[in-house]
Amino acid sequence: MEHTSLLERILRGIALTLVVIFFMFPILWIFMMSFQTNETILRIPPQLIFEPTLANYTALITGKLMTAAGTLDIAFMRNLWNSVFLSVTSVAVSLLLGVPAAYAFARHKFRGSEDIAFTLLSFKFAPALLVLLPLTLYFQKLGLANTYIGLIWVYQLICLPLILWIVRGYFEDIPADIEYAYRIGGHSWFATFRKIALPLAGPGIAAAGLLAFIFAWNNFVFALVLASADKQPVTVGALAFITSSGIQYGQISAAIVLSITPTLALALYAQRYLVEGLSLGAVKG
Amino acid sequence: MTAVVSQRLKPSGFRISKRVLPYVLSLPALLVCIGILIPFLTSVVYSFQRYRLSQPWARQFNWGDNYISFFTDPKFWNTLKVSLLYAGTTVVLELLLGLAIALLLQKRSTLNNFISIMLLMPLMTAPALAALMWKLMTNPGFGVLSYLASLIGLQDFRWASSPSTALFTVVLVDIWVYTPFIMILLLAGLRSLPTQPFEAAALDGVPRSFVFFRITLPMLTPYILTATLFRLLDSIQQFDIIYAMTQGGPGDTLTVFQVEAYLNFFQSTNVGRSAALMIILWAITYFLSNIFIKNWLRLRERARGQA
Repeated sequence: MEHTSLLERILRGIALTLVVIFFMFPILWIFMMSFQTNETILRIPPQLIFEPTLANYTALITGKLMTAAGTLDIAFMRNLWNSVFLSVTSVAVSLLLGVPAAYAFARHKFRGSEDIAFTLLSFKFAPALLVLLPLTLYFQKLGLANTYIGLIWVYQLICLPLILWIVRGYFEDIPADIEYAYRIGGHSWFATFRKIALPLAGPGIAAAGLLAFIFAWNNFVFALVLASADKQPVTVGALAFITSSGIQYGQISAAIVLSITPTLALALYAQRYLVEGLSLGAVKG
Repeated sequence: MTAVVSQRLKPSGFRISKRVLPYVLSLPALLVCIGILIPFLTSVVYSFQRYRLSQPWARQFNWGDNYISFFTDPKFWNTLKVSLLYAGTTVVLELLLGLAIALLLQKRSTLNNFISIMLLMPLMTAPALAALMWKLMTNPGFGVLSYLASLIGLQDFRWASSPSTALFTVVLVDIWVYTPFIMILLLAGLRSLPTQPFEAAALDGVPRSFVFFRITLPMLTPYILTATLFRLLDSIQQFDIIYAMTQGGPGDTLTVFQVEAYLNFFQSTNVGRSAALMIILWAITYFLSNIFIKNWLRLRERARGQA
């Protein structure tokens, strides 16, 4: 490793530059488009230097788009709110239900525990529509179609298995002796769980919660099938926006930027947990 | 607060809870299992029925007809072909690219760590939104990629709207989104390898290609296998990118399993055929995930044994 030749260093540099350009360019370009008017966007060749405008964002935030043909209503902020609400609530519910369950799976080998865990794991990889298509018919009968409760319920299918598997791995790594020692000291099961197990598994819970949030936010097919316009998150909303508004490319770019910013910011802020969660989720299950 | 709760739980609960508690705690997981299994079994039933939402009165069991008709249905064979082609191409390319990038970033340095964090960004972008971003960039009117293609002589490169390049375009988006996933796993693997074999090889002056193929690659195999199977299971079920980009079109160029099932359900309201398609896809993923789980259990045991 020490005696790398100059040529090799240059080649490595070029390769890395190409990698960075390929993976960063789309984000950068859409970001730039979101500050341009439709006139500058449509100019050929594409402009690198332009006068930035905030008009696209104002139109999205106020929900009113002034065009030559009149005012157009945009419901995009509603989608953004739906995304925030659905993801946060789903992850909160998942953590509340999933962390104790993960603890039970890790600490108490009871009859059927491996079967439940195994079923969850093998269905983690089952096609989403296999479950979703019958669910749409059931939801219509139950009156759950296009409700937040129905969506949060279905989002558990994404969040709960993820949290169970990652957090279970963390609980299993805590030596049981520490907990026994605390229990012998006269503390209840619940106190042991709260004072010993939870703090020690903290990083794992954070990683699992973060991943679950990102998966919930980025989910597309669940809401596409089960929600209509007023309950749709940004992933579905942005697609509908493209088809309805046609040529408002500046606003579409701004909408995409607003939609991807939360997950990107979270990922950059907590990348250590994220990498750990991803690697654990893969290697440990 | 804790003291109060523990005081309350201590005298009464402990003996009973020891047996009942695990069941109570894992109840949500059990409920999710049931919540998955009921629709799943419903799908199995649907797949053996002649069931169209537009003709509810004609609903009846036709047993294997939905499946048998697949044998002579060119649309089904197209679905199978496109799905396998998509999954195969994306996984192989992402694996090669991901491994190459991981090797480039292997050495711990500020710049390398910074780049590997930046590369997380595509992975964190919702695949459906990533498809929209690429759709804007490949727009024939103003798309920057269409412009760049015209600069290198591809005057009329139609990206996702031409049957001949549609697969290429969605594969490209998939590579953009998911290569970082493989890169992260392999980078974690590379950085956790023991250093002694490499130091010994360096002392003996072993050629670097030999080190790579005989030491690095074999030691990295568990990571490569895991990453591959993860991606394979995901990729053969791809829906978001393809649906957001072309809705399975142009024509039926990109009607992979889930897209075809979605269109069958919501456009032709043919629930029976849609369910049968999903069952076949499920059988494929079940087969693949069994391989994965076996491999994963073996890996876990080996990790335990070494620890």
